[in-house]
Amino acid sequence: MSDRGGDRLAVRKTYKLFIGGAFPRSESGRTFPVRAPDGALLAHVAAASRKDARDAVRAARGAQGAWAGRTAYNRGQILYRIAEVLEGRAAQLADELAAVGVDAGAARADVEAAVDAAVWWAGFADKLDQLVGAVNPVAGPFLNLSTPIPVGVCALACPDGGGVAGVLGLVLPAIMAGNSAVAVAGGPAALVTSTLGEVVATSDVPGGVVNLLTGDGGALLPWLADHEDVDLIELSGAPDGMHADLEERAAGNLKRVARTGGAETVGTAAAFCEIRTVWHPARI
Amino acid sequence: MITLDRDGRGPVLDLGAGRSLRVAAVDGYALEQRAARLVARSIKRESKAAGLELAVRCIDLTTLEGMDTPGKVRALCARALRPDPDDPTVPPVAAVCVYPALVAVAAEAVAGTGVHVASVAGAFPSGQSHLDDRLDEIRQAVADGADEIDIVLNRGALLAGRLQDVFDEVAASKEACGPAHLKTILETGELGSYEMTRLASMIAMAAGSDVIKTSTGKLPVSATPATALCMAEAIRDHADATGREVGLKLAGGIRTSKQALGYLALVSETLGTAWLHPDRFRIGASSLLNDILLQLRFRRTGRYARTTDLPVD
Amino acid sequence: MTTTPKRDAATDLAQQFAEYVPSLEARDIVAIRPSYGLVIDGEERPAEGGATFPTIEPATGAHLADVAEASPADVDAAVAAARRAYEGTWRDMPGRRRAKLIFRLARLLQDRTRELAVLESIDGGKPIRESRDIDVPLSAAHLFYHAGWADKLEYAVPGMTARPLGVVGQIIPWNFPLLMAAWKIAPALACGNTVVLKPAETTPLTALLLAELIDEAGFPPGVVNVVTGAGATGAALAGHPGLDKVAFTGSTGVGRSIRRQLAGTGRRLTLELGGKGAHVVFDDAALDQAVEGIVDGIFFNQGHVCCAGSRLLAQEGIADELLERLRRRIELLRVGEPLDKNTDVGAINSAAQLERIRVFVDEAAADGCRIDQPSRPLPERGFFFPPTIVSGLGGAERIAREEVFGPVLAVQTFRTEAEAVAKANATRYGLSAGVWTEKGSRILWISQRLQAGVVWANTFNKFDPASPFGGVRESGHGREGGRQGLQEYLHTTPVAA
Repeated sequence: MSDRGGDRLAVRKTYKLFIGGAFPRSESGRTFPVRAPDGALLAHVAAASRKDARDAVRAARGAQGAWAGRTAYNRGQILYRIAEVLEGRAAQLADELAAVGVDAGAARADVEAAVDAAVWWAGFADKLDQLVGAVNPVAGPFLNLSTPIPVGVCALACPDGGGVAGVLGLVLPAIMAGNSAVAVAGGPAALVTSTLGEVVATSDVPGGVVNLLTGDGGALLPWLADHEDVDLIELSGAPDGMHADLEERAAGNLKRVARTGGAETVGTAAAFCEIRTVWHPARI
Repeated sequence: MITLDRDGRGPVLDLGAGRSLRVAAVDGYALEQRAARLVARSIKRESKAAGLELAVRCIDLTTLEGMDTPGKVRALCARALRPDPDDPTVPPVAAVCVYPALVAVAAEAVAGTGVHVASVAGAFPSGQSHLDDRLDEIRQAVADGADEIDIVLNRGALLAGRLQDVFDEVAASKEACGPAHLKTILETGELGSYEMTRLASMIAMAAGSDVIKTSTGKLPVSATPATALCMAEAIRDHADATGREVGLKLAGGIRTSKQALGYLALVSETLGTAWLHPDRFRIGASSLLNDILLQLRFRRTGRYARTTDLPVD
Repeated sequence: MTTTPKRDAATDLAQQFAEYVPSLEARDIVAIRPSYGLVIDGEERPAEGGATFPTIEPATGAHLADVAEASPADVDAAVAAARRAYEGTWRDMPGRRRAKLIFRLARLLQDRTRELAVLESIDGGKPIRESRDIDVPLSAAHLFYHAGWADKLEYAVPGMTARPLGVVGQIIPWNFPLLMAAWKIAPALACGNTVVLKPAETTPLTALLLAELIDEAGFPPGVVNVVTGAGATGAALAGHPGLDKVAFTGSTGVGRSIRRQLAGTGRRLTLELGGKGAHVVFDDAALDQAVEGIVDGIFFNQGHVCCAGSRLLAQEGIADELLERLRRRIELLRVGEPLDKNTDVGAINSAAQLERIRVFVDEAAADGCRIDQPSRPLPERGFFFPPTIVSGLGGAERIAREEVFGPVLAVQTFRTEAEAVAKANATRYGLSAGVWTEKGSRILWISQRLQAGVVWANTFNKFDPASPFGGVRESGHGREGGRQGLQEYLHTTPVAA
């Protein structure tokens, strides 16, 4: 309690971005203030720029192939590791939510829901092929297999007010299926979003698989929707007035548009997959 | 020493002395599909008339029964020379094909006509006899007047991997034939795969066969479109590699004009029209001839003919 | 027997045989009417204001019939009819009853196979062998397969309750007019949706015959409506606010504009768009069969196939030999009269498409690429283009990157598996890919890395209603066929909810 004499001064955390496994400030040097309901300044959180979004997509692209190449079992274990680390950080995350005005009980419930989601999706990874894929009985001497494959790089518009579960609700199914993710969350969720980077970074998730951008979604999402190297955009948390514009931009490279709301269903898993069908003759 | 090697492109038959033949892989399903499409060519009018006559000219009219007699063989030869007694424009077939003991009878019956006498020999149809006996049988058949000898490949040796034995036996048979042409029967129904058919084709050709032939006709599975295509492709590739052009004989199960026309299309589109010639292509058959005659009669008269009007052996 | 045969009677016969005199499928099995109307609410009717457009026979350029050109008001009427049918009968009809109607339709297609095949070849230019052996039987198979789903939708997605979406607008291309119609309507109807279908303007006739069969099968009026017309009709349908879903098969450009049109509407959309499929052939491949796969891959339906294997990637060890075999093989392809049963490559669908293909090949020639085409002459009238192999490519040429949608194969080489994957994936598309090798582990390794919705290993251009078909990247999204394709026509909610 003391700084070697007198009251101890707490060390404040710098809330930064999480890109490619590192914690950079925004390349723009910009931050935005996150305040308590009473107006007290909690932190200057890094405000991601379009160039940060570009860097995050580059990191996500670089990491995606190897991540998809991991076995489903291994991805499941890493997701479970996220649940474990998250559980250990539950109090911190709940405090960060409470600090921005979330009711303490609701904050705790939000974090617990996120932990439970991580467990749910961890156990889904090695069920995915069986639930979404198929061996198809085609009318000929063929082995015909349909298997889910990741879409690639997913941009995730997380709800600003969604808390931990709001962010992880989209990140978890995306990476469960072998995609890499660039998640955008701003507003009150910014503190926990930034802290989630620390959770992910200590959960054996390879750098670049999960990238977390705090800042103004309204400014960042159009860049991501336009980005030719983004394969899917999840709009569950996009501001209401932006959906039409973002979808129109998504048409540029025909990226997939999803709105799963992070529901823990097979439908959400399927939304983060493509189906690839392989034919091979079964005759000598 | 003959060995089957493998390089980045697949199996290669090393024939020794610096000679080698690429065997190449075969994908069964795609082969069957291609063959099915080739034999489904729609052959009409002038093409059909030409094809039917060509088919007659390429037939090895065959009798290979335990109950064959000189009388039966003489009747067969009569049909071979003049397939349709009512229509002298129908040409003679390419050859008659008989057991060795009846070669002399056949040779006498067709002497001077241009119709060849083919004899199965070499412990047909199994080949499971001593090599010396098999070679003696060939020599005797040639001495009796056969100018074409149909032997069976040693499938047992092939399947056991004794490629040298397979090769040497064919080469010895070729030598025993003297001036007669050697047709080597692969008996593809016993080879188990198209890959093995392809390998057998290459060995048989490398060892000097003038013709490679699908089947003895003594198995339930004889010539099929895919087998014919597999062998035709082997002949083409062997010719590309060596410059030597080997003939193809299909035998067993070819009973209808439609089948025969289909096989002509298959051979024509795989090997070229140069192979649509009795010197390069044969169909071993017995009942096929009468089906073609019915078709030719229909073309001539515009009416369907009575089947019993055609001669029997 | 080893000497070259003398020229004799047999050689003459061989020539005569190998010509294959034309074996024409009789046209008189179809009665093409001078004019056709729209099919709305079970009734044939002219377009508003009586607008029509001609449909022509690509093999001859001859005028076949005048077809009603639907205006936006006609599209309104069709969507309204579909909505009435949806709410009035189809949505609530027991699945077992819907199934029976779709089964009936499948049977009617089989009953009329020959007629449908001939009409398809006349109106579209494709060889009768293909329309007879592939398009029509596969259309019936799609109806059969999906009919059986109609009363089993609770099993379509595990843990989810399924219900229909509503009214679906379906816009289909000219390359497989009947087959695409069947692909589209079968899952839609099985799931309880009603349909407004727009066939392509150059090939409307089989879809209109299909509408007659739907009526004959006893479907309630308005369950399937057909609005014929060109791009404007398609745009009016795609953007219609009365729809719950749009399904489009066609070019990437049009697909993109439909995607834009639907932005923010919340309507469901599936797109099946263009492709530039890579056909990867390794040194150890079964070469003769690979040649057939390549030929089928690019010359099937004159190359008017979105999933065509239009890029050949040959491993360097066999590239020369493979090319030589291909050149020899295309010499055998018979280009000409679609109704000749021996025709391998039919007519290019339209004069405009023919011109587009010409420009691609002329450009490649100007770029210094080697162009190989068979020596046989083409028919003198009608729209024809010879099977073409373009080799000596660097990879940056337009013909190596863009979809030609014609009988033109672009050839490149590679050395290693990784290089093959990199080259195969160097495209904005991702519909199909092929791989030929005898090594099983290589097939699995490479098929896991090819950016394609469908991978054909040691085969190509195989289709089946049970097998999901569709692309990744700019080849579109959504699947057709299989359980995955079915889901595109269902709204699902968790069972617990």
